[in-house]
Amino acid sequence: MADNEGPKGTQPPGSRQGGGVQEPSRRKFLVNAGYAIGGVVVGGALGSLIRRNNKAAAPSPASPSASPGAAPAAEPKNYNRALMFLTQEQFATLNAATERIFPTDDTGPGAQALGVAYFIDHQLAGEWGFNGREYMSPPFYHGETVQGYQGRLKRREIFAIALKEMDNYSQSQFSKNFVDLTADQQDSVLSDFESDKVPLTTISPSGFFKMLRSSTIEGAYSDPLYGGNLDMAGWKMRSYPGNQMSYAAVIDKEFTAMPPNSLQDHMAGH
Amino acid sequence: MAKTLPKTDVVIVGVGWGGGIIASELTKAGMNVVGLERGKERKTEDYFMVHDELRYSQRYELMQDLSKETVTFRSNEKMRALPMRAYGSFLIGDGIGGAGVHWNGQTFRFLPYDFQIRSKTIERYGKAKIPDGMTIQDWGITYDEMEPYYDKFEKMAGISGETNPLAGKRSSDYPNPPMKKSPPMQMFEEAAKKLNLHPYMQPSANLSQNYTNPDGIARAACQYCGYCERFGCEYGAKADPVVTVIPVALKTGKLEIRTHSHVRRIMHSGGKATGVMYTDVTTGEEIVQPADIVVVTSYVFNNIRLLLMSKLGKAYNPATGTGVVGKNYAYQVLKGNALGFYDDKKFNLFAGAGALGMNLDDYNGDNFDHSDLKFIHGASISIGQTGFRPISNNQVPSGTKAWGQEFKANSIKYANSWISVGGQGSSMPFQHHYIDLDPEYKDAYGDPLPRMTFDFEDQDRELAVFMANKCEEIQKEMGASRIDKLKSLGPYEITTYQSTHNTGGVIMGADPATSAVNNYLQMWDAENVFVVGASAFPHNSGYNPTDTVGALAYRASEGILKYAKKGGSLV
Ligand SMILES: Cc1cc2nc3c(=O)[nH]c(=O)nc-3n(C[C@H](O)[C@H](O)[C@H](O)COP(=O)(O)OP(=O)(O)OC[C@H]3O[C@@H](n4cnc5c(N)ncnc54)[C@H](O)[C@@H]3O)c2cc1C
Ligand code: SF4
Repeated sequence: MADNEGPKGTQPPGSRQGGGVQEPSRRKFLVNAGYAIGGVVVGGALGSLIRRNNKAAAPSPASPSASPGAAPAAEPKNYNRALMFLTQEQFATLNAATERIFPTDDTGPGAQALGVAYFIDHQLAGEWGFNGREYMSPPFYHGETVQGYQGRLKRREIFAIALKEMDNYSQSQFSKNFVDLTADQQDSVLSDFESDKVPLTTISPSGFFKMLRSSTIEGAYSDPLYGGNLDMAGWKMRSYPGNQMSYAAVIDKEFTAMPPNSLQDHMAGH
Repeated sequence: MAKTLPKTDVVIVGVGWGGGIIASELTKAGMNVVGLERGKERKTEDYFMVHDELRYSQRYELMQDLSKETVTFRSNEKMRALPMRAYGSFLIGDGIGGAGVHWNGQTFRFLPYDFQIRSKTIERYGKAKIPDGMTIQDWGITYDEMEPYYDKFEKMAGISGETNPLAGKRSSDYPNPPMKKSPPMQMFEEAAKKLNLHPYMQPSANLSQNYTNPDGIARAACQYCGYCERFGCEYGAKADPVVTVIPVALKTGKLEIRTHSHVRRIMHSGGKATGVMYTDVTTGEEIVQPADIVVVTSYVFNNIRLLLMSKLGKAYNPATGTGVVGKNYAYQVLKGNALGFYDDKKFNLFAGAGALGMNLDDYNGDNFDHSDLKFIHGASISIGQTGFRPISNNQVPSGTKAWGQEFKANSIKYANSWISVGGQGSSMPFQHHYIDLDPEYKDAYGDPLPRMTFDFEDQDRELAVFMANKCEEIQKEMGASRIDKLKSLGPYEITTYQSTHNTGGVIMGADPATSAVNNYLQMWDAENVFVVGASAFPHNSGYNPTDTVGALAYRASEGILKYAKKGGSLV
């Protein structure tokens, strides 16, 4: 689609334009945006950026997007692709389930290619998995829907139970584990979780399904730093430009495609 | 035994917008101020990695840690209130700057009607228009009296905007011109004008140009970066206490801010406060800070909770409607909207700013005839271009499956091809909507959590559907290929985000029998205690609250300075 190319020169100031740009993009941005730095005493982050940028720019760490013009180097090993919390078996089930929620199709890669299950594994290993910043003090009572989740189980416990129950339910319906089902059969298992047709007492099947769905979307579209959205392919599918310093040049314009930037690009540029 | 520190002139509880404004005004006038803030220090440099939707928007990086403190909620008195265990309906600020760090910056004045809502409603429609149990009351101040304080807040923050033809009179223009207009905003403007409505650019605390305010604070223009609400601004372009009022106060040398200081009681004797007791959360130590004047600026929930825990002011009794602390909790009705899908158009939806948008007030306040309607007041109808990030924006036409191939294809097809037009509905108080102390659940320090009893009423259901229909008319005129609108408003639920516009509980008024504070936000029952924030609103309007919170904080500052000289009640 021509939309994904975008005429040259429509990129907002500050977006990284191709390789070898060692000058920090913010410095360029400041110049391009015509900041009256001389007249205005700018404090805070801008002030410190200007100071920092006056120092000799340190060479930026190698990053795949830093030199698109050069011959492609051998694909570096992705050290992120290992498990922090799930077992191999749980991971396989999760990987298959997320792929049904967000499948590969004409629009582009699905959950599996984007690394969504790695994303969820890593999230479960940390604060989110432990509900670290949520009120988890007793007493626990059954609540009304309008009152939200009232259980004592943490997300990592819910996932562990639910992934097992997905296999149990797959066995009871199709005499196979979830990963061995056809796509249609997998969809019917997931639908039964979604609509609370799976008889469970430990967790709410629909509550789990909601979490599975929302964390799949998070994995597809969060910054690649978290392990999903591999190579920003999730963003590229929907022409989302990721992290950009400024849209001042395009905010009042027609749709403007631009190549995405990640937080890693931002880090490497400074 | 608590350690007692040397006395100060003024102690402030919570250093957000309210606390920051009070601190700057009082220190400029030479008073010594101690600001106690439960959260941490903040600076613009923290936002180097801020364009991170997962961390800031989905995981609430900047908000209050609910494991330490939350609210409990029930729809009515027959239910058992249960804790809001995870975030949903609203987000509570924490740390220096409070929610003023991660707000959008939509900065509206309330309407003249708002301040005299009861008398004006009766005057036009008669007493019978106000249903049983709806406890609207006049604010004890008029719009004209508020105007200079609005003006002050707007100049300090550098609001960018244009005059709203249907609002109260302004003594001067906004200090900055409006922001840029995106194509969807232009479409909204054209359509609204064709329908004989009165669209105007949303007043914005995201600067449209570089600006130096009357305190000499210089800030840079907004870059429409699209990471605004729920995020801190790395440019200082968004007015935030940390880049406006707090540095002014610190420069005087008269403000001492103590972070990680969680205030738990207001100490008092003989109808006057003597200071506050707080826990240093890094050591667990309990400390008493004596002061001549106590200013409570800890947001609605903690303003109410602190007064109730300290037994200051008469607690509200919902059975009789007497007492004041906890009374008239109100919220907002944000679901009256219409979502349009545009099959052959694509917009830069990724770009935007927290307060970029257009509004119209033809259906707000009493700007239209309510004779044949089953509700009073109304909503500001708007189109916002806040910057739509990909995790939280996957709009698909109704009927689309919630997951799988169909969902994926539609969410990607429409990723840059939808426009939402919505009403920000006002919220009227009712006798049975209130905040008190939860009998069971405690915070990390063993103190009771605030308990909310609240639900939507017929007033809200009527209003929401009326607004959704108006929004649909605008979408049609804009040429949407397909429109999904709200058909009926369900019960209030605490699980999905609506707005952080909680109001009431320590309301202002002209009569100590029906209000907790006077129109300087001075407590009727303790003349050296001032309670600042949206807790002072007797009802909530069809706008965002912070312009009014800021204006009231400037008025309270003036009152505190007068009180420090003369003492006694200010009215
Ligand atoms: C995502 C979001 C978007 C918003 N957008 C808008 C908008 O566009 N327009 C608008 O008008 N409003 C908006 N608001 C609302 C706005 O942020 C608030 O109205 C405003 O910040 C209120 O100011 P405040 O000083 O009363 O409270 P806050 O800014 O919340 O400050 C209260 C401070 O008190 C501290 N505190 C609380 N309890 C204690 C205690 N016991 N001891 C010590 N310290 C304590 C808190 O940590 C906090 O720092 C938004 C809010 C959110 C969350
Ligand atoms: S949109 Fe503007 S005001 Fe908001 S964070 Fe970005 S630069 Fe700051």
